[in-house]
Amino acid sequence: MSILVNRETRVICQGITGKAGAFHTKGCKEYGTKMVGGVTPGKSGETVEGLPVFDTVEEAVKQTGANASMIFVPPAFTADAILEAIDAGIGVICAITEGVPVIDMVHVYDKVRRSNSILIGPNCPGVITPGECKIGIMPGYIHNVGKVGIMSRSGTLTYEAVWQTSSLNLGQSTCVGLGGDPIVGTSYIDLFKRYQDDDQTEVILMIGEIGGDAEEQAAAYVKSHVTKPVAAFIAGRTAPPGKRMGHAGAIITGGKGTAAEKVAALEAAGIVVSQSPADMGKAVVEAIRRGK
Amino acid sequence: MKIHEYQAKDLFRKAQVPVLQGFVAKTPEEAKAAFEKLGGPIAVVKAQVHAGGRGKGTVIEVPTQRGVQLVKSGDEAAAVAKNLINNQLVTIQTGPSGSKVNQVFVEEGCKIARELYLAVVVDRGSSMPLLMVSSEGGMDIEKVAEESPEKILKESFDPAYGLQGFQVRKLCKKLGISGDTAKHADFFMKKICKLFVDLDCSMVEINPLVITADNTLIALDGKVTFDDNAMFRHADLKLLRDLNEEEPAETRAGNTGLSYVKLEGNIGCLVNGAGLAMATMDIIKHHGGAPANFLDVGGGANTQQVTEAFRIILSDPNVKAILVNIFGGIARCTTIAQAIIEASKEVGFTVPLVVRLEGTEVNEGKKMLKDSGLAIISADDLTDAAKKVVASIA
Repeated sequence: MSILVNRETRVICQGITGKAGAFHTKGCKEYGTKMVGGVTPGKSGETVEGLPVFDTVEEAVKQTGANASMIFVPPAFTADAILEAIDAGIGVICAITEGVPVIDMVHVYDKVRRSNSILIGPNCPGVITPGECKIGIMPGYIHNVGKVGIMSRSGTLTYEAVWQTSSLNLGQSTCVGLGGDPIVGTSYIDLFKRYQDDDQTEVILMIGEIGGDAEEQAAAYVKSHVTKPVAAFIAGRTAPPGKRMGHAGAIITGGKGTAAEKVAALEAAGIVVSQSPADMGKAVVEAIRRGK
Repeated sequence: MKIHEYQAKDLFRKAQVPVLQGFVAKTPEEAKAAFEKLGGPIAVVKAQVHAGGRGKGTVIEVPTQRGVQLVKSGDEAAAVAKNLINNQLVTIQTGPSGSKVNQVFVEEGCKIARELYLAVVVDRGSSMPLLMVSSEGGMDIEKVAEESPEKILKESFDPAYGLQGFQVRKLCKKLGISGDTAKHADFFMKKICKLFVDLDCSMVEINPLVITADNTLIALDGKVTFDDNAMFRHADLKLLRDLNEEEPAETRAGNTGLSYVKLEGNIGCLVNGAGLAMATMDIIKHHGGAPANFLDVGGGANTQQVTEAFRIILSDPNVKAILVNIFGGIARCTTIAQAIIEASKEVGFTVPLVVRLEGTEVNEGKKMLKDSGLAIISADDLTDAAKKVVASIA
């Protein structure tokens, strides 16, 4: 098994007629993802990559049986697109779009938490179960089928971790990019629950970054609820306070959210923390060796 | 995006949040005129820079001058303005070189009975806006948060419904505010929370929020930061941007769609992705070097952006070597390689250049660099790259 998505997942792309939407629909389809259609208001009847385009998500679900969506609409319309996907009963919603206003996400977050849908992102690379289903913009070929569950707030740093674990012949169960914004749909804890219950996942790698206290909360959760080995890395050890490091979420404010605090919390929870970003794969191996 | 105190107070006034009367002055003469126009026995002259801590800040050219000063005459207002305008104000937030004061705000005085602290932020824990109020106004609030966190009262609210009356009653009870003052507090706090949502702020901070001798609440200071991602729906607020307050290289990077933050070290970094960019800074430090900047060229970087990125990095005189770290996903290694070659023709590399490429079209990219004949130090992985760039300036 895996978490969130597998070879049965039927995926539509919201914003499929846009440049990025069409390009990545092609990429996902080539990877083997069961892409079944797309949505762009006013463009029903067209096709993209041989897939039917619909005006509404409701219609797309009815016609294709879609249960997952990949969102590429511009930031001003992303909240609307996510709410539409929730309304249509889409199970797994991946919002790739970067630059969504935070206040929009406050509304969306509340709505999604009270629904049966799961929102990954926004501002994320997406989710991939190697060999089965890729929803998002990550390069598929670096992944191998395996046992490491990887979750991260950063895109390219996830690729780095995937690369390192693949090079060590570990492979991945499912990799999830949570997104770099202050408010995202899914937390580390949400995924720890799923990885813990997933047979394929034998070890979990969590990649965090400075800002907020999500990593500290995850550490507390791991201590009391996770029996599988866990490794981690925190990016931003050298970042100065008060400066936003690219991601809207990555900022140390009021002396809170520093890498040192996070590393201390993780280590106290028995998590193997990689000191260097080059050693994330080795940290996973060490976590397996130590067991739990 | 940050704005000045006087701009924040204009927005407060429009949103019915009580503020004092005041005028902006760009010259000592204007400051004197402002004092006379206010017509009171006293006024306060305040340096307008984006950095906080102005009251305790000092002027480099006139070390006795603070960033905020009470004055009792038009001439005195002019004298203070003369000390501040066109000089460098150093506060705990500006760094040692300070921030240039281009204008002052001359504001009427008031009788203060009590000073509070108020701020609104988006709380990531609850994924909701959060109002924070403390009885410790006028103080260094970060110190309060550290030493006595129980003195910072918090109420999160739903942006669709705003702050509720019971929440203000809870806060007033704990702050020991009652009667008419509590009624004013209800009005003030609801209005400021509404402003936060309506204007897509990422932070509003009022320190101090004062209770006057006649029991009303007034925002004596105002710091407002907007959510950059929401500026597309606030054309009017975009006009409040003051480029004088920004690091020129950071502004330039922003205009090209790059994310750049200047740091103190001497190894320039060019990376794709914010997380990997932070991790690259970390590994340089891990191997004994010091990063000169954070720079994320983003996922869809093109030749033009990468060339501009090199220009920005090289415009920092501290840079003694450059590390390029690209994990090609959507961005192809060939695109980056091409950009490096073109940038070298246009910009010319005067410092050692270490390049680590991985991911999409990596072999083709590496070959392009090799065939170009450029003096590039190529690296196989992150550790190798960090060691080589640190060694190149040893």
